[in-house]
Amino acid sequence: MVQFTLPKNSKIRTGKTWPKPDGKNVRKFQIYRWNPDDGKNPQVDTYFVDMDKCGPMILDALIKIKNEIDPTLTFRRSCREGICGSCAMNIDGINTLACIYGLDEVKGDVKIYPLPHMPVIKDLIPDLTHFYAQHASIMPWLETKTNRPAKEWRQSIEDRAKLDGLYECVMCASCSTSCPSYWWNGDKYLGPAALLHAYRWIIDSRDEATGERLDDLEDPFKLYRCHTIMNCAKTCPKGLNPAKAIAEIKKMMVDRVV
Amino acid sequence: MRYLTARKRAVGKGSAHTGTEHHWSMTVSAVALAFLVPTWIYIVGHALGQDYEVVRATFARPFTAILTAMVLVVGMRHFAKGACMMIEDYAQGTTRKMLIIFAYSISAVIVTTGLYALVRIAL
Repeated sequence: MVQFTLPKNSKIRTGKTWPKPDGKNVRKFQIYRWNPDDGKNPQVDTYFVDMDKCGPMILDALIKIKNEIDPTLTFRRSCREGICGSCAMNIDGINTLACIYGLDEVKGDVKIYPLPHMPVIKDLIPDLTHFYAQHASIMPWLETKTNRPAKEWRQSIEDRAKLDGLYECVMCASCSTSCPSYWWNGDKYLGPAALLHAYRWIIDSRDEATGERLDDLEDPFKLYRCHTIMNCAKTCPKGLNPAKAIAEIKKMMVDRVV
Repeated sequence: MRYLTARKRAVGKGSAHTGTEHHWSMTVSAVALAFLVPTWIYIVGHALGQDYEVVRATFARPFTAILTAMVLVVGMRHFAKGACMMIEDYAQGTTRKMLIIFAYSISAVIVTTGLYALVRIAL
């Protein structure tokens, strides 16, 4: 449901400012911190990092802060090359992957928050349980009824090309958490990421459950909460276009009845 | 506190198997209004600033009267469905249902009042 103010215990306060190191090329980082165990409100801590001793990406700076300044800073990371989707967070107002977002892309202080409008587990780690369950609900696998062929399910080059721009999604949740419809109705609206994946399987020439998949999506909330404001396409760190995939699903829905 | 699995929460009550009619209806009425409204503004715009009898005569013409009736009916239908969508976005529970009833009611009142006025002028 739409909320215009944060609950009292979620209001963000000014946190600790860590010592500034010597050096000419020092940058200021303002990072959201929240620990479920201390009972305090969230706070924004200020760190200073010497850029001459730091890698070029936001994730490099976060790892440097964790290793050298504050080991309690908590965030997800794994592949550090934009494949695993773990390090998605809100950087300078944009949902993106910390590992492929350059420090040079941020002007001024670097402000880092967890993905918006998601429950926070700790610091920069959002709870993605519901997001993953929504993804599972769209049956993200090949569904067939014909007996399994002797060798493989064949697909033409043209049909395979239709999956380009869809299969690359790494489920980082940047798109869904940038969507106001997902903020207000995320309990029912599937969100751009799950719908992009749904379309990836609907459009797959080998899949034989197209009708059932469309049946499952035909709902005022699951699908039709998308109002095509394109935040998802704008923020996607992989350059994908979930809004277009959703529009294609809507076109297929109309084609079934008109 | 309810011990529901994440999957059960995600699936909820399942698909309503509706929504496409609403989507298609909004598309059709939007296209219709894209033609109706500019034409209506062009015709009625000429009557602006004129005296009472000229304005009344403009609305009494069959084409203007039918066009105005179409703008009213299609426009208010589009408004009601659009407002319903917006209410679903921002309100929940009983408030949502009450607001949707209000949106449909107010559009019905505007349509019937407008048509009544139009009939009185045109006939």
